[in-house]
Amino acid sequence: MNKSQQAPIIDSEATVIRIEGLRKSFGTLDVLKGVDLTVLKGENVAVLGKSGSGKSVLIKIMVALLQPDAGTVIILDQNVHDLRGKALDALRLRVGFSFQSSALYDSMSIYQNLAFPLSINKPKMTRKEVDFTVEETLDAVGLKSKMLQMPADLSGGQRKRIGIARTLILKPEIMLYDEPTAGLDPVTCAEINALINQVQEQYKTSSVIITHDLTCAKSTCNRVAMLIEGTFLKIGTFDAVFQTEDAQIHDFYEYNFIQ
Amino acid sequence: MKDNQEPSAVFSNSLDAYFIGVFRGFHFFLRFFKSVFTRPFHTREIIHQGYEIGLKSLSLISLTGFVIGIVFTKQSRPSLEDFGAVSWLPSLMGIAIIKALGPLVTAIICAGKVGSSIGAELGSMQVTEQIDAMEVSAVNPYKYLVVTRVIATTLSVPILSMYCSFVGLTGAYFNVHASENTGLRVFIQNAFSGISFLDIYTSIAKTVVYGFTIGMVGAFKGYHATQGTRGVGKAANEAVVLAMFLIFLEEILIVQVSNWFRNF
Repeated sequence: MNKSQQAPIIDSEATVIRIEGLRKSFGTLDVLKGVDLTVLKGENVAVLGKSGSGKSVLIKIMVALLQPDAGTVIILDQNVHDLRGKALDALRLRVGFSFQSSALYDSMSIYQNLAFPLSINKPKMTRKEVDFTVEETLDAVGLKSKMLQMPADLSGGQRKRIGIARTLILKPEIMLYDEPTAGLDPVTCAEINALINQVQEQYKTSSVIITHDLTCAKSTCNRVAMLIEGTFLKIGTFDAVFQTEDAQIHDFYEYNFIQ
Repeated sequence: MKDNQEPSAVFSNSLDAYFIGVFRGFHFFLRFFKSVFTRPFHTREIIHQGYEIGLKSLSLISLTGFVIGIVFTKQSRPSLEDFGAVSWLPSLMGIAIIKALGPLVTAIICAGKVGSSIGAELGSMQVTEQIDAMEVSAVNPYKYLVVTRVIATTLSVPILSMYCSFVGLTGAYFNVHASENTGLRVFIQNAFSGISFLDIYTSIAKTVVYGFTIGMVGAFKGYHATQGTRGVGKAANEAVVLAMFLIFLEEILIVQVSNWFRNF
């Protein structure tokens, strides 16, 4: 189903992410060449583009894992790259980041993976409260039964779900997904897409979804932004972006076999 | 220069990489002292790492220490016999094991076992984005992963070294007792006759420095691992090589300084 046609829960007055003139180079390679993007409260925005187009660089700059060469990233009214130490940590608690590789701590059980950020960031929580929150969050992603297993025992789709659960446990206002459906079979992709929609509704999050999967973008996002050669070529609803004569966007659409 | 930015070469690529590595190493080293005195202290993780490092090295250190005690005694005996000085054997073993062999052997074993393990573990976490995952969860990965491990090695290596010296002297005693029928009390008196408090302090100070070096080098190499699984192996390998190199340098420096104190 086309998400952009669904009834929105978006607050068009409130901008939660504002990116202006963002540039990033690695040596002589210009990856981002002046990127502008706004995300409204409650909105899911997909950043689409080919592999190596700079999508992951963009999302890593948004959480200050990388520093931009120029431009600003304002998240929840704070300039991310002006923040240091505790102020940056406080913002990061409000922004969940789901990694492409899931990045689960492989020496910890699933329970410990979820309890770890809680116990560090909310040291006043009792053991009972931590247990309850972990169980509640695992229940939300449908994997409560896997609590005592190790990440290596899980399938790719289950690892993605646990990765999402680990970010949700801190109750973020914004979710950033890096290639949530990469490397998964179509059925599991559909489950992850449903989970992203469920997170948006249940946790009232705004999201940026980095993907090259058009099905994911179409079913989870209110708007999509096409990142081609370091700039956003087009931003709008899924249909508006792909009803175009632009050869590069057309090619990208064709490669994904969506008609 | 920004962290992940590749600069254009000032001298040559390899020379630039060397200086960037030195700068990063220095920055990494200074960051430890900035982080170690601030909350949270992750005491439970320090204890866990100390347990992992200490207990898991114990069997190897026991075996090596004991064998060194026996072998060194056996090999020293013929030379001392030539001078009619076999009675000096316990004293020689005391000096050799407490002042030099115990700390150095422990450090070399730990550099190989613990240093490579820290390098590989953190390297693996780095290339699988687990360190980034900690950072975006507002957990300071340097404090949680690096500071805890460096404290654990700094505290564990001196204890392991004392244990190694004890086991080495036990091995020496068994050999001396078997050959010369020397009693335990006489052996201990003679073994410690050539050891001063300065020697013991120096020995402990050395192992503190070695432990710090092993933890710091292993963590540095792992934390900056790149190039996927190949980078993990490289980090573990470089952690051992660099730690051993630094340990030998430190050994020379500390002995020089302790001799200077002795003559002061």
